[in-house]
Amino acid sequence: MSYERPKFRHPEAQKNKLGYTRKAYEGAISTLCAGCGHDSIVSSIITAFFEMSIEPHKVAKLSGIGCSSKTPAYFLGRSHGFNSVHGRMPSVATGANMANKDLIYLGVSGDGDTASIGMGQFAHVVRRNLNMIYIVMNNGCYGLTKGQDSATADKGSKSRKGAPVSFESIDLCELAILLGADFVARGFSGDKKQLLPMLKAAISHKGMAFVDVISPCVTFNNAPTSTKSYSWVRDHMEATATFDFIPLQQEILTEYDHGSTIPVSLHDGSVITLHKREDKEIITNKKDAINSLEEAKARDQILTGILYLKPDSEDFHDINQTTDTPLNQLTEKELCPGDEVLQAFNDSMR
Amino acid sequence: MKRIERVNDFVVRFANVNGSGSASANSLFAKVVYRLGVPVSPKNVFPSNIQGLPTWYEVRINDKGYLGRRGGADFIIAVNGQTLRDDFDMVQPGGYFLYDSTKDLPAGFSRDDITVIGIPITQLCNDEFSDNRMRQLMKNIIYIGALAYLLDIGLEPVSDSITKQFAKKPKLAEPNIKALEIGYHYAKEHHTESCGLSIQASDAVGDQILIDGNSGAAMGALYAGATVVGWYPITPSTSVVEAFERFAGRYRLDPDTGKRRYAAIQAEDELAAIGIAIGAGWNGARSFTATSGPGISLMSEFLGLAYFTEIPVVLINVQRSGPSTGMPTRTQQSDLLACAYASHGDTRNVLLFPSDPRECFDMTADAFDLADRLQTPVIVMSDLDLGMNDHLCAPFSWDDQRRYDRGKVLSGKELDQLERKWGRYLDIDKDGICYRTLPGAHPDKGAYTTRGTSHNEYAAYTEGSAAYERGMNRLLNKWETARRLVPLPEVVIRDKQKKLGAFFFGSTTASAIEALDRLEESGIAVNSMRIKAFPFQAEVFDFISEHELVFAIEQNRDCQMQILLAGECLVAPGKMMPVTNFNGLPITARIITNQVHTTLLSREKSFISPAPIAQEETS
Repeated sequence: MSYERPKFRHPEAQKNKLGYTRKAYEGAISTLCAGCGHDSIVSSIITAFFEMSIEPHKVAKLSGIGCSSKTPAYFLGRSHGFNSVHGRMPSVATGANMANKDLIYLGVSGDGDTASIGMGQFAHVVRRNLNMIYIVMNNGCYGLTKGQDSATADKGSKSRKGAPVSFESIDLCELAILLGADFVARGFSGDKKQLLPMLKAAISHKGMAFVDVISPCVTFNNAPTSTKSYSWVRDHMEATATFDFIPLQQEILTEYDHGSTIPVSLHDGSVITLHKREDKEIITNKKDAINSLEEAKARDQILTGILYLKPDSEDFHDINQTTDTPLNQLTEKELCPGDEVLQAFNDSMR
Repeated sequence: MKRIERVNDFVVRFANVNGSGSASANSLFAKVVYRLGVPVSPKNVFPSNIQGLPTWYEVRINDKGYLGRRGGADFIIAVNGQTLRDDFDMVQPGGYFLYDSTKDLPAGFSRDDITVIGIPITQLCNDEFSDNRMRQLMKNIIYIGALAYLLDIGLEPVSDSITKQFAKKPKLAEPNIKALEIGYHYAKEHHTESCGLSIQASDAVGDQILIDGNSGAAMGALYAGATVVGWYPITPSTSVVEAFERFAGRYRLDPDTGKRRYAAIQAEDELAAIGIAIGAGWNGARSFTATSGPGISLMSEFLGLAYFTEIPVVLINVQRSGPSTGMPTRTQQSDLLACAYASHGDTRNVLLFPSDPRECFDMTADAFDLADRLQTPVIVMSDLDLGMNDHLCAPFSWDDQRRYDRGKVLSGKELDQLERKWGRYLDIDKDGICYRTLPGAHPDKGAYTTRGTSHNEYAAYTEGSAAYERGMNRLLNKWETARRLVPLPEVVIRDKQKKLGAFFFGSTTASAIEALDRLEESGIAVNSMRIKAFPFQAEVFDFISEHELVFAIEQNRDCQMQILLAGECLVAPGKMMPVTNFNGLPITARIITNQVHTTLLSREKSFISPAPIAQEETS
């Protein structure tokens, strides 16, 4: 939504450990429709980075094309952003990450950008286990071209135009688990309480952290018959084991009953505590994670929460055995073997 | 019958079955000739197949250093039953045909104008070796042994090369040397004085090395400091990245930890391959990808993004025969137009045209400096012949004083020292090149969003016509800067009156120079210009305008360089005459001279001086 943002900030606005107020994490004014689910996700992203006291310039934002891919302009204005080409954010993110392993890479994509044109790149960046947060703002339709069905629209559900979707919908979370992502979560833009710790955990995870956020399109896909509408999702949402995210800096004060919580340590030392429910399986088992998703679907439910997590993930730099210094900081000295080596090479060709 | 009798000037052709291990034996032969100091040029003519289809290996030996493809064959080693008839028929009159006489030649194989040399290769091999795999491999070495006798090479130069090849595994050298001796002695006993072709040690090679262009390009990328490569396998470019990984594995490991100072990522497709390279370039690493025709088509969208957002990236295009899948294992120079203007909208890309492996090395290294300086894609235009075949060239060298030109990149400190507001697309220096920043450079300065949508000087999204036009015009201004930075053409004047001119580029060079020498010998002096880069400089335009008639020698059907020149230089129609070869095999001097003669005969006779036309040579 376009509006003037007041420049005034309360002089005693809360500051994070770096001394920054939330303002340092904001971006330009959103040009999306009023009530767009994406704007809520943007707000949670801002809060997550602010509360985690991450230096904004240590984050690189990457996106493809579409409403969702415009959003990086609306958060982290002090971070570099790359609004690339349709469906190709994952490859650009891969190259950027290879060049400098020390930054946090946040990819933002949509359901068209990921589940259709970018399906190949999505599959392979997951498979590479690139160290990044991959957020899909999933509204089941193509907003920027006025509401065509996307590949995540549920079969049989009706968009604003009224015709039921004829094809099977693609469950990106289930796919991500199958493709080897070690952190897979699904949130709902209308549920910040769940989304915020989910994003924080994703940021802390080392390797591919895939987060699918159902985000209703108020203009083209918010009819009550649509499975991506506010009302439908609210009525059919079912959370997996609920969880809290405890960053490393915070002392872990267990206020939960040990019998009902399971702590999962992430790579950076922070902890996710899962509140176990009797009828829920532990999300660190791949098979159970898939089963839970399928069972929820059979009950006409959308399962949200952290769906699958393998904390001791090996990311692409581990696999590649990349040197510790970021590749973009190496100089002639480390990179160029010099003429003597070349002359020996010439001799070896003789 | 008049036998062909020549020293250090002939063509040997091996006809083999793909996947039979012949490649290493045949290249051993070329290497031996090279080590005897005799200029040699081997060319592999191979199918898009791994096992079973016919493959040929053509070795031109030429003391004068004319090493383009000659065409025809004076000596054929025929060990492929499938092509026996064709191979038999194509031996030059007076030439030699060596076959496996374990089985008699079929009826009807009779020519009285060639020398037929039978060596019972299979029989000799089976008598000596019992292991099946060994029998297959050693057959190849047996015919090399026969050649060592027939071409007067002697045993020692070949066995020395074998010993060198297996220096680390001397056990493997033993059966090879045994097979070599078997072939040699059989030929010596049964075919004394059979062959009039001879190889004599020479000093014509000098310090030149024998290497393929793809290895040159890979080494160039390594020396230029490339750290990130995204790639997708495609013939004939695959070996660029394979060589890069091999070299990087040798020279790019942290000496203390053994960790890699590079990342080579085999992507899911060509789109991702160049996406990876662009992402890395955006983030300040030197990055590249290598591909061929179909990959260029797929990468076009991303090339436009890099052009418009101004991200340095290097692309090595090892061209092959198109359109579509075309002939994937045959050569061509047919991606010029596709690369020069790759992508929709008004896009233009810098091209470099190396002509031998040494230039593949130099130009690839330079491409990284150019890409960083110009903040734009630079495409190195190699081809299958140049990239995959071994060529004789000057040894590689590197100036240890050379520093990488990383272009206009502002550090955090420099951002702090700026007196005016920084804008990613502000043309401060009026050369069309703006200052960029890298992610993470500064806590609160220099961040911006890179976008393929139109943007103003401060990288903000705009649909304002004026800002869009300013940006597009500035990119043209940058193009003018590129024109001053890319290498100048190489002009050779044979006729000061400048009647006839010819231009060529890339792997056409060797055959073109040979053709122009022959034409000069026959009284037709043609000045030449070897084009090394796009955009073209004034020197290129001048050469064309100064000559009455200019031959456009290129290896594609549609005269793509001519089209490019005509468009860029506004050349009058009819001034350039095409000399083309697009059959997938490297162009020959004879093809060039024939087409030049045809054109001249159909035009004014005044171009030809009364000197006699050169004697017909082998076809």
